[in-house]
Amino acid sequence: MFVARSISAEHKDLIHDVSYDFHGRRMATCSSDQTIKVWDLTDDGEWQCTASWKTHSGSVWKVTWAHPEFGQVLASCSFDRTAAVWEEVVGESLASTQRGQSHWVKRANLVDSRTSVTDVKFGPKHMGLQLATCSADGVVRIYEAPDVMNLSQWSLQHEINTKLSCSCLSWNPSRLHLPMLAVGSDDTNPSAGGKVQIYEYNDNIRKWQKVETLMAITDAVHHISFAPNLGRSYHLLAIATKDVRIITLRCLRKEPNAGANPGGMSKFEIRQAAQFDEHSSQVWRVSWNITGTVLASSGDDGCVRLWKANYLDNWKCISVLRGDGSVTNAGGSSTGGNQLGLTNTGGNFGGSRGFKQGGSGQSSMWY
Amino acid sequence: MVGILYVDPHISHEAVRYPTKMAANGMEEDFDDGEQPEITTISDPHLRMGISARWGAGNQLAVHAALHPPQEGVTSGIRESPRVHEVRWGTQEVNNPIIRKLINETHGTFVALQHHQPDTTSTTSNRKPQLSNFSRKYRSVIRACLMQLKQAEEAARDDVTAEEYGLQVEIYSMVELIWSLCEILFVESLPGGVVLAQLLDWVKWHFNEADGYAREATTSDTPHLHDSYWSAIYLYVLQGRGDEARKLLSLDPTRSMDVYDEYASIDELLRKMPFFTLYTGQSLAEFDMKWRHWQDECRRRYSEGEFNTNKNLETICRILCGDEDVFLELKDLTETWYRMLVSKLLYCNPTVKAFDLQYHVKACIDAYDGHATLGPLDNILLAAIEFDLHQVIKESSSLLGNWWFVAHLADLLFQCGQLESHSLNYGSNLREFLLLDYASSLMSHPSLWQVGASYLDYCPEFGRYYLEFYLERLPLQTEQKALKVLRECEKRDMKDISHSICKVMGVRALRNERLGSALSWALRSKDASFATFLADRFLSEYSSKGGFSSLDLLDNLGTAMVLSDRLTFLGKYREFHRLHEEWEFKSAANLLLQLLTNRMAPKKFWLTLLTDALPLLESEEVIFSTQQTYELMNCLEDISLSFRSSAYLHGDQPGDAQLKPTKGQQEVEKQKLDLIRLALARNLARAILSEGSLE
Repeated sequence: MFVARSISAEHKDLIHDVSYDFHGRRMATCSSDQTIKVWDLTDDGEWQCTASWKTHSGSVWKVTWAHPEFGQVLASCSFDRTAAVWEEVVGESLASTQRGQSHWVKRANLVDSRTSVTDVKFGPKHMGLQLATCSADGVVRIYEAPDVMNLSQWSLQHEINTKLSCSCLSWNPSRLHLPMLAVGSDDTNPSAGGKVQIYEYNDNIRKWQKVETLMAITDAVHHISFAPNLGRSYHLLAIATKDVRIITLRCLRKEPNAGANPGGMSKFEIRQAAQFDEHSSQVWRVSWNITGTVLASSGDDGCVRLWKANYLDNWKCISVLRGDGSVTNAGGSSTGGNQLGLTNTGGNFGGSRGFKQGGSGQSSMWY
Repeated sequence: MVGILYVDPHISHEAVRYPTKMAANGMEEDFDDGEQPEITTISDPHLRMGISARWGAGNQLAVHAALHPPQEGVTSGIRESPRVHEVRWGTQEVNNPIIRKLINETHGTFVALQHHQPDTTSTTSNRKPQLSNFSRKYRSVIRACLMQLKQAEEAARDDVTAEEYGLQVEIYSMVELIWSLCEILFVESLPGGVVLAQLLDWVKWHFNEADGYAREATTSDTPHLHDSYWSAIYLYVLQGRGDEARKLLSLDPTRSMDVYDEYASIDELLRKMPFFTLYTGQSLAEFDMKWRHWQDECRRRYSEGEFNTNKNLETICRILCGDEDVFLELKDLTETWYRMLVSKLLYCNPTVKAFDLQYHVKACIDAYDGHATLGPLDNILLAAIEFDLHQVIKESSSLLGNWWFVAHLADLLFQCGQLESHSLNYGSNLREFLLLDYASSLMSHPSLWQVGASYLDYCPEFGRYYLEFYLERLPLQTEQKALKVLRECEKRDMKDISHSICKVMGVRALRNERLGSALSWALRSKDASFATFLADRFLSEYSSKGGFSSLDLLDNLGTAMVLSDRLTFLGKYREFHRLHEEWEFKSAANLLLQLLTNRMAPKKFWLTLLTDALPLLESEEVIFSTQQTYELMNCLEDISLSFRSSAYLHGDQPGDAQLKPTKGQQEVEKQKLDLIRLALARNLARAILSEGSLE
């Protein structure tokens, strides 16, 4: 790995979230300074800030892009108890367009939450234009824009009370499965039960239903992420808690036919594919690469670790990133912690390089 | 000097544990190899507070400092602007033009290999020659690439570039060495499994210091006294190159013809040395007999002390006799265990079978300080000799950090049927796994994605999913790029992806107020609802501006207009305007009437249509017949009635609420209605008159 470039983000405080658009050529950043900035990749491969505006009256926790089929659309959520939908408009503000700046208009202000909105995510494209938010008081809300050509009309479709303070959510991107959401809670009380809940939309009763609670995870969860599904027969969920967990969810039976069992819920076989405590501290962020084959986890040890499975589905740390100021023991093998008797570091499939590649960024290969 | 392979000192000095042998069934013991992940450091003082990373497209991560947990009102107190670090993961070498050439050229071979028809009626021995042709094709591309890399290294203007190319030269030299050994062992068909001739060629091809030594010696004034003279001769003999050795030997002037000529004796032995060559019709037993006979002769001459007086010739004779000690003495010349192995086998066991090679390895490795000193390259070659393909691929991926090599090698071995027989039932998965990684590394490259797509076509299990995923995400900077991606989708019948790409392009065009372009994207993907939306936009543009844009497109909709009713109406309505402009009043009038009577026109547009009829009603010639006028009057009454209804006032659909007419507009519309009513009445009168007078 190598640092290709470092951009001075010009935020007045630390950045909370970075989000790439669908094609990876636009980037949005948000910060405690209550602003969002949009960056565009120029033809010569540099990131150029094309918009920066104050979005909320509190820290902006997350920013996320909608699918480009819906236009250039962002959603953000904030401590100020709101989530907002933004659309880029062309040619409305002449003064700003002159300097290669674009103009973003607030299309919706979602004010239903009574506490800080901790996460916001657009649903998968095949579901139309849906937006899920979750908040510190434990409510998950699903909004929908019924007319995708009109972004100013959003209706609150569903409210789910998870009964636990929510910190994060993730849509299952799979087109083959019913709409599914995973919600994580940062409630620190282990006796409050499992901190990751899985909800599924039941088309027959038109309601979101809780289908699973991951009882194995009782510590505070800071971030969760479903992996993109490229032909896998199961769903893969990464969880950032006091360690990194990778969970597989395999649907045991197809949704029963509507007539026989209108309230039927999917059943899952849940397995822990991996558990890594190399961060030896809280893990705050998990992020999949676009094919869902490599996971990046960021922890309090000041390290970003990359995990990859070989073709036998054994996961292993293949690379570590850290700041030059932090003192870290980067080594350490996987403990193979696994409660299901599955092997974790099976196979001697070396990921490290036999010799130095002159820092040219030759990656460790792990097959 | 070409072809000399230097083993990187990092490799040989690094203590690499000799890999545990796989169990007989190929299932490995589970153990942690203790290998450390690569560590990359980012220079940013803010990162001390905390770190957070997010994947972007391709193999890149955005890394930034973060405060955990995120809390309101707790400021980090940073003075400088926070930074976002873009960290890349993956090979950079695709940016090297020479490597890119390799990627493009081997792509063709790969595709041909996938389509090669193994002659099902024949045995495996018949399909192998074909496969070794493919292997040689790959190897010739590697060789060409290596030569270019070497030239580039020599021509490099600065040290950094030279070092980069030097590194690539090193990698591809190893690739070539490993590939050709694998070709001999796994791909080529060897009658009776006798491999020595091939192994000799392998050593000759890759290690030709002997020629260098010979050149040094012969170009000096007194070749036979030159330091390299005997080294060259020994190496020639060790590599089984008798003729070259004899030529050099003949240069020694100290040779005394008058007394007993030991030179002539060794010359004779070298000349008569039998070789087992393929395709000469010689049987193995025949060769074996000849060989024994010849070696007995060598031993006889040696034991009779024919070469006692000349230590150098004695050494040669000892080599010919297959004296084990002499190989140890010459280990500095053979340099590596595998070269010693080949030389030793040549004289000790020339009919060795490929599968038995591994039993001769240990002594040679021990001669070079044993297994503990083996580097990664040694381990790969060793694994190949042990027919442990799995290990070859595994070690190669970690040593070379090169997706190209392992992906192509695994595929070739799979095609040879070697992956199934040697590495369990997941052979095809391993191949696909490596191909997916290789293709993924190409998909994020701006000019190699089509090559990557082609590789994904040959991954039966996950290829299509990957391809759909990547194609949908390719950046569409220009329309040309979008069309190119669309062609790839259409080739593979990926309707959902083409649809999505067209929609993205259409929405982008719409945002830039290019309605015509947006509509053509909608037509391309046959997106009816988007086409309806755009047709409405065209109509409202006409209502507000009194004209159409993108006339070219609208005039040439043809059968495409049946995609949606609204679009059909738009097309027909535009046709009406065109007829009108072309003074085809009669046809224009018919069309207009048709649009109204078959209810194709949206109700809210009727008034506009009737207003359009005004000039036709007022023209000198009578255009609308009485019958037609009655029908127009019907329509007029229809909207006059609905004029008061909420459906008209609030638009056809609830979404059109904003089109609700104001008081002023309503007034104007009422005047219009009166005007039309008058015109219709007058036309009716004229039509009755003219129709009556005709009769």
